[in-house]
Order: sequence, then C-alpha cells, then structure tokens
Amino acid sequence: MTNVVYLDNNATTKVDPQALEAMLPYFSDYYGNPSSMHSFGGGVAAHIRTAREQLARLLGASADEIVFTSCGTESDSTAIRAAIESYPAKRHLVTSRVEHPAIKNLFETLSKKGYRTTFVPVDGQGRLDLDSFYDSLSDETAIVSLMWANNETGVIFPIEEISRAVKERGIVFHTDAVQTVGKIPIDLGNTGIDMLSLSGHKIHGPKGIGALYIRKGTKFAPFMIGGHQEKGRRGGTENTAAIVGLGKAAELAKQHLDAGDYRCVSELRDRLENAILAGVPNTMVNGDREHRLPNTSSVAFEYVEGEAILLMLNEHGICASSGSACTSGSLEPSHVLRAMGVPFTAAHGSIRFSLSRYTTAKEIDLVLEKLPPIIARLRELSPFWKSARREAQS
Amino acid sequence: MWEYTDKVKDHFLNPRNVGVIENADGVGEVGSIACGDALTFYFKLDEDRRVKDAKFQTFGCASAIASSSALTEMVIGKTLDEVAKITNDDIAGYLGGLPKEKMHCSVMGREALEKAISCYRGEAGKKIEGEIVCECFGVTDREIERVVRENRLKTIEDVTDYVKAGGGCEKCHDRIQEIIDSVLGASRLVPIRPKVLTNIQKIKLIEESIEREINPTLNKDAGRLELVDVDGNRVMVRLGGTCASCAKSHITLKNYVENKLRELVSPELVVEEVP
Repeated sequence: MTNVVYLDNNATTKVDPQALEAMLPYFSDYYGNPSSMHSFGGGVAAHIRTAREQLARLLGASADEIVFTSCGTESDSTAIRAAIESYPAKRHLVTSRVEHPAIKNLFETLSKKGYRTTFVPVDGQGRLDLDSFYDSLSDETAIVSLMWANNETGVIFPIEEISRAVKERGIVFHTDAVQTVGKIPIDLGNTGIDMLSLSGHKIHGPKGIGALYIRKGTKFAPFMIGGHQEKGRRGGTENTAAIVGLGKAAELAKQHLDAGDYRCVSELRDRLENAILAGVPNTMVNGDREHRLPNTSSVAFEYVEGEAILLMLNEHGICASSGSACTSGSLEPSHVLRAMGVPFTAAHGSIRFSLSRYTTAKEIDLVLEKLPPIIARLRELSPFWKSARREAQS
Repeated sequence: MWEYTDKVKDHFLNPRNVGVIENADGVGEVGSIACGDALTFYFKLDEDRRVKDAKFQTFGCASAIASSSALTEMVIGKTLDEVAKITNDDIAGYLGGLPKEKMHCSVMGREALEKAISCYRGEAGKKIEGEIVCECFGVTDREIERVVRENRLKTIEDVTDYVKAGGGCEKCHDRIQEIIDSVLGASRLVPIRPKVLTNIQKIKLIEESIEREINPTLNKDAGRLELVDVDGNRVMVRLGGTCASCAKSHITLKNYVENKLRELVSPELVVEEVP
C-alpha cells in the first residue's frame, strides 16, 4: 500500500483524517438510536443536526432542505422518482447524453416503461447543446436532470443559468452534483435548482452516505418509505457515523474552498496536462478546458489502448482510470467520449487523471517521468503507430 | 479490475517477439482501431517448413498483447501442420486462462494465425467470409457459427465475449440467437460422445483428459493437477507444483480446467479444489 500515487479522485477519495476521527465514537461510545426517547440515543440527534448544518453551509442551503441518503445513486433515483410521482400527468423527462450511469440507466429504464425521454446532445468539447435543450422542453416535461460537472472530462455545464430558465417554465430541475460539490464554490440561493445529489466519498468523507438537497416548496414523494426519519422524506435508521463523517468532510471542504486550495490543485493539473501535451506526440485533451473542474484531466493518447496504459502505470503505483472499452468490460469506449464525437483512434486511449487536495508536485513529477516511456513503448507495439507517423510526415 | 493470471501479466509486461518480419512467409492482419484491438502476425519458415521465427504487433488491452505474445511463443519450432491446429482455447490455456469477457483476445490470435497461414498457402482472398451479422464489429455468420461450435457457446453474451458480435448496438441479437440455435440444434442431432456415461466411463474420461490435455498445459508452468474423487458431477482435484502456491490458481481451475473437462467429458461438471 506504500507509494501509491492516487490520481483517481473522481472514482473515490481518501477519507480526511479529521472526518474519520469525528466518526469513530459513533461506532463505539455513541451507538444509540437518534429516534430514542432516552438521552443516550436521542442525544445523537443533535450531532446529526450539526452535520446537516455543516453540509447546508457548503451548499448555501438551509439545514431542513438536506435529506441524508445512502449514496449519490440513491439521491438521483429519489429525485427523479419524486418528480414523476408528483406530476403523474407529465410523461416527458429530459437529461443529457453524457450523464453518469445513475441517471443514464434510470432514464433508459423509464423510457422502456413508456416515458418519453430526451437525451440532449453535447458538442465536441462536451458542452451542452443549449438550443436543442430548450427546444426539447414542453408542458409535458416532468423533470430536467443535468449533471453539474462531468465525471470523465470534468466539463461544467452552466447549471446556474439553465436551472433559472427551467424554473421559469415551471419545470422541476435536478442536478447530479456528485463531482462538483467541494470542488467549486456552490451557492444554491443563486440558482433555480430544486434538487441536487451529492455523495460523501467524493468529498473526502466516507462511502455509504449521500444527500439530496430539496428546495423548500418542491413537491416530493419519498423513495424509501418507512419511519419518520428525515421528516418522512427517507425512511430507515440514520447511518449516524457516516452522517457525522459527511458533515465534517463538508465543513473541511468549505474551509479548503474558502482558502482557495483548489487553485493549487488546478495548477498541478495544468502542469501535468501541459507537460504531457508538450512531451508526448499525438495527444489531446478531451473536453472544454475553459469550463472544467479544477482537478480533472482527460487525455487521449492516439493509437494505444487505455487498459494497457493503466496497467503499466499501475506497475509504478500510479492510479488513474480510463474511458476505454476494455477496462469496463464493455466493448465500446465510454458513452461520454462517443457523445462528444472523439474519434476511435483517441477514445480507446483516453486516460482520466483526477487530483485532490492531497496530490503533491512530487507525485505529478513521477507521472511525468513514467508516462511518456509507457506511451512510447505501447506505440512501438502498435501496428498503427508507424504507418500513422509515415502518413503524418508525407 | 480484471483478474489476470501471472502468465498474462508476464506476457503483457514483457512481450516476446515484438516487431515485423520484413520478408515473412505469412502475414495475418485482424481487427481495427475502431474495434479497440488489432493484431498483425508474421511468421518465417525454415527449409523443413517449421516456423523459424514469428513476430507480432498489437494494439489493444493487456490480454490482447499477452495473447499475441503467447501465440508467437507457441508456434516457433512447430511445423505448419501442427501450427494450423492451434485453437483459441489453446492460446487461453497457454496463458493459464483468460477472463471470460476477454476470450475474444484469444480468438483474435487464432484468426491472425489462420490468415497468415492462408496468406502463405496463397489462399488469401479466396476464402468465403460469409455474411456480416454484427455491423458494429464486422463479424460474419461464419465466424459466429464457428466460435459457437468450437467453444460450445450457449448464449449471446458468450458470443460477445468470444468474437465481440452483439456488443454494440445489439440489433443483431436475434440473428445471433438463431445461429446459436441452429448450431446447437445440429450438434444435438449428432452427439460427439454418448450422452449418458456410466460412472466408470466418466471417471476414466476425466482421468484421461487430465493426463493428456490438462497436465501437459499446466506442466509448461511447472504446475500439476491431481484427481482426488468424483461424486456425481463434482470433480474434486488437488493442485500441485507451482499451481499449489499460485494466487490465481482458482482462475486456472475455473476458466481452464473446468471448461476443458466440460468440453471433453460432460458440460455438467463442476470442478472443486480440495485440500
């Protein structure tokens, strides 16, 4: 486990030691049920309230607009199903072509169940086609769900502006902000967002905990039906330790955002990206570099295959991920890169590096030392490389 | 993460015989960049028509590179007739097994080898390729028929794992199912071996298969398999040699040994390791 260079923070993050420390007593000393009448259990409810406030502050929301869930996927499913149930006469749903499977597969399932679904396209830079988006909206539309930032490319959609326009038309707006929260400042008061999904383990909190922000006044129906927990909006005994951990992680994320720490992350990311582009031929960045999360870089290496790159990086303890087909067990490259029209020569060789506030300059240097020879070696193995070079030179 | 055998990792990280043979006797090119993997395979014969040298270039994942590397090692020193008998299963077996979803890498090796042999025999271009069934990956009905027959595939998912067909837009799934049904239907009419084996016949056949097929392959890695007992369709075995201490031995057991015994003895067999 030593000497791991972890550049896969869009997959999951290290739990901040302070968050871990805050959680531990809830596994041992404070195991009471927050719903109990006795103060041993009931006292825990105060700490859940604190966590709710910590998270609300990170989002610019009020505490009673936060519902704790088990993960980002549950938050997404809850939001979409709540809108469908609240507006049974409206049978049209809108999303984009580049969503995370939590939304993509849910929409495909609903489509099979008879809902009309629109998957709005993106351009070559991964930017939403706003004209076709606004054209798709109608009185039939029950909900619009758009990711705030893309998990593979980091491209940010102009959610503040879009959500206000959607709200003006009286349509419920949901955003999957799992990759966005904690990485860029968010103030929900300035938006038209009705519901927002987030996940604990993407912001240096624990796994198994997520949250759904539900704006006051939004029509809602619970997905998990049970006890009175979360004011009847999500049944089930609270995961107290994880809630406390998420609260602490949110407080720390806000401190780091306020201190401008993400500028350092973005500097390291740019250094990595620029050095790769300068040092490795036939390489390009996937997505709009201007409107992007500070920590994410998706780089396409032409004529090589992503899984091979990842496994060779793995030999040096470097962790990244790939949009290639082979890593996922599917046969086609990621739906995000295909929606962007990234050519196959590049899509199969796309690698995502995602940094965090723990990433160091030394780690970036190691990647820059190890990566170019790996690409060169795999290109030597590739039957396409030499002919591509010859064509380029002639 | 894929569970690759140490042998796959070794052939991926240290591929043998990479490159081009300028005046090769046979060259076989398969795959494309759009499909996500491609292989060019070359061989050169000596005066006795034995493979003197073989080289490859591969674009693809770790198992594609390892399968190509393994193929070159398997053919060098063999006669053309021996080489022509190599199946995709042999390539996977040489590597101690491949994850099921990666079997198409071994099929790609076998296809490149066949193309190279056809090229040497001057048959290139003559071959009737059949009709394209899967447009996403350009796979023909002949290729699907063959892989279903040779590997006793039963589902569309199996076919996708072996030749990629059906792994894209899925429009060809009905056609693939028809091909599976027709091949399986045909093989039901002509059983290769008696359907009902007596217990003694079954045990004998298992023993023979282990000695003639499985152990020679495992021996290449200094591994060994010993039959302990057979109870109905449960085949209890003990791994010896390097297999005993190999962390990936369960993959060999399930992907290679079990598949082989199912193929050679009975499709119902389940292989279990006993201490």
